[in-house]
Amino acid sequence: MKSKWTTAIAAAAIVFSSYSASAAKTVEAIKSRGELICGVSTGLGGFSLPDSRGKWTGLDVDICKALAAAILGSSYKVKYIPLSTQQRFTALQSGEVDVLSRNTSWSLTRDTALGLNFTAVTYYDGQGFMVPKALEVKSAKELDGATVCIQPGTTSELNLADYFRANSMTFTPVVIESLQELNAAFFAGRCDAYTTDASGLASTRLNDAPKGKSDDYIILPEIISKEPLGPVVRHGDDQFLDIVKWVIFGLVEAEEFGITSSNVREMASSSKNPNIKRLLGTNPGMGRNLGLDEAWIVNAILAVGNYGEIWERNIPPLGLSRGLNKLWSNGGIMYSPPVR
Amino acid sequence: MSIHLSILSTSRNWIRRKLFNTWANSVITALIIMALIYFFPKAYMWVVTDAILTIQVDSESWWGYSFVPDSNACIKANGACWDFVAEKFRLIIFGLYPQDQHWRPLVMMITLISLIVYSLDTSRWGFRLGVTWVVAIPMMFFLMQGGVLGLTFVQTDSWGGGPITLILSAVGIVLSFPIAVMLAFGRQSDMLVVKTICIFFIEIIRGVPLITILFMASLMIPLFLPEGININKLLRALIGFTLFSAAYVAEVIRGGLQAVPKGQYEAADSLGLSYWQKTIFIILPQALKLVIPPIMNTFIGLFKDTTLIIIISMYDFLGTVRLGASDPAWRPYYIEGLLFAAIVYFVVCYAMAAYSLHLEAKLDTERR
Repeated sequence: MKSKWTTAIAAAAIVFSSYSASAAKTVEAIKSRGELICGVSTGLGGFSLPDSRGKWTGLDVDICKALAAAILGSSYKVKYIPLSTQQRFTALQSGEVDVLSRNTSWSLTRDTALGLNFTAVTYYDGQGFMVPKALEVKSAKELDGATVCIQPGTTSELNLADYFRANSMTFTPVVIESLQELNAAFFAGRCDAYTTDASGLASTRLNDAPKGKSDDYIILPEIISKEPLGPVVRHGDDQFLDIVKWVIFGLVEAEEFGITSSNVREMASSSKNPNIKRLLGTNPGMGRNLGLDEAWIVNAILAVGNYGEIWERNIPPLGLSRGLNKLWSNGGIMYSPPVR
Repeated sequence: MSIHLSILSTSRNWIRRKLFNTWANSVITALIIMALIYFFPKAYMWVVTDAILTIQVDSESWWGYSFVPDSNACIKANGACWDFVAEKFRLIIFGLYPQDQHWRPLVMMITLISLIVYSLDTSRWGFRLGVTWVVAIPMMFFLMQGGVLGLTFVQTDSWGGGPITLILSAVGIVLSFPIAVMLAFGRQSDMLVVKTICIFFIEIIRGVPLITILFMASLMIPLFLPEGININKLLRALIGFTLFSAAYVAEVIRGGLQAVPKGQYEAADSLGLSYWQKTIFIILPQALKLVIPPIMNTFIGLFKDTTLIIIISMYDFLGTVRLGASDPAWRPYYIEGLLFAAIVYFVVCYAMAAYSLHLEAKLDTERR
């Protein structure tokens, strides 16, 4: 999900900005400010969205809270800056935000030429297709000549073209900017197929299909692209990169060890497992290596829970199952290097 | 009875004269009536009879009831889901402003609207009203931002909804007008430097889309500024809107200046008035009076253009409606939200248009 604008503006930004000079002391800046500034989306259910009371919620938001808890000791010391697809990288480069936690796909160009560093994957996504059952299509390979509903300016649009070209098929795009109008167009039958990230497909099918008609649409098995989403930081500040990366790994590790927001204190004081003692700072060392308090991950888990709890709180309402995002030990690919 | 009959017969006459006077007109009238008969009941059913608005008796509420929005009730309904507006009402009106502090934007909006309404009467225009505005705007700002007099500090990033739309349009309109007058005169000036600067400014701004200006203001300016210096995003947007509107209004006013008969300039000169006396007492009043409709046109445009602020990730009134409709539980009901926004925008724009007509009639001294 990126715009063509993004690359151009971000490239221009690199030419003009002095981001690398300002990147070095992010942690000190956060501590002296007493606040983590977190770039989020302008409103995407499940990932970052203000609720009816104006409080930010979602998986990406919980990562921000975990970071603030680990660095500052409180998950409330976060300032959320909503950013559009066009703004997000420039805002990070110019130092307007400390970290970008905004359903952003990791790719080589973004990780290098934009002057950014991806930290770790918080959500494995991929692009898929949805079609009406009545079309009797069982595979994306049968979509030759189809009209496809698509949002403009996204990586999905480029992936779609690549996929059809690679399989020597043709398609007619129906390009609509607004998500709601795009959904309406598809369910009104203007397109044979609808494509976006699989997470988006599932929630569209659940929430936007005409009443009681969800089952008239199927999601095809092919996933045509990899979209690993995760937080991004600036080049040139390795300490902060390490912190963001290991807070995420720590949350995954906590799920693997069965540490939850309700039992973390008890585990910290009574667990005999050396892995758990190391992670939770009962055996000190890990926090010091990161330049944080030894209670870093305990504070994060107390605030938002382990990775599994974060997931369960935010994603199931979208109608999604965990799939690839299960722990590696449960058949997914969510995996943390050892905390030692 | 006779009066009733006469009304009936005049209205019948009127109908015949206005709606069925020619063959083509009759057909068009009939078609429109048929369309209304077809669509109106459906629209009425969707908006009213089949619609969902869940209300519960609540003795603690000041009017004896309270809204209990329920998205599950809406799924089964055939009509509009007004529960969506009820559920997201505070978000729509106040955006991300902290909920326990909502009285502050409320007071600010009421004050600003009252001030606008008070200022509508031309007989109140003058130095004192100007001073009131100059004092009131910073006071409203401090009320919203806090950090003084024991008010909690609320960054402008958290402002949203109604206050943002109101501030952007009201301040934009009030500030852009004097700038526009200066630009219009500057463009007509004999002084080459002033004239060139004004032409340059107006043409650059008019030659660039508003989105580009907002984009520049929000994306490029922070990159040029040294580290640590950060001009408030709302302020940057406000300046962008003001300059944009000023360039357009300046050209409208220039049109008015050119429409003032040359004899007026000469008459003023022959009376021995200075340049400023001539401008302020003779030319400007006549010119402005001529261009009330196109100026109001530009201001209505500005009011609606404030919705573009969403592209720099600030939530104006329409932005908060969309934000509410991003909630997975309420996503299908974005039409109700947009309809609500449309009604609000229509009421405001219509009021502005009506005021423009009123002002035109009031200041018309010669043309009838």
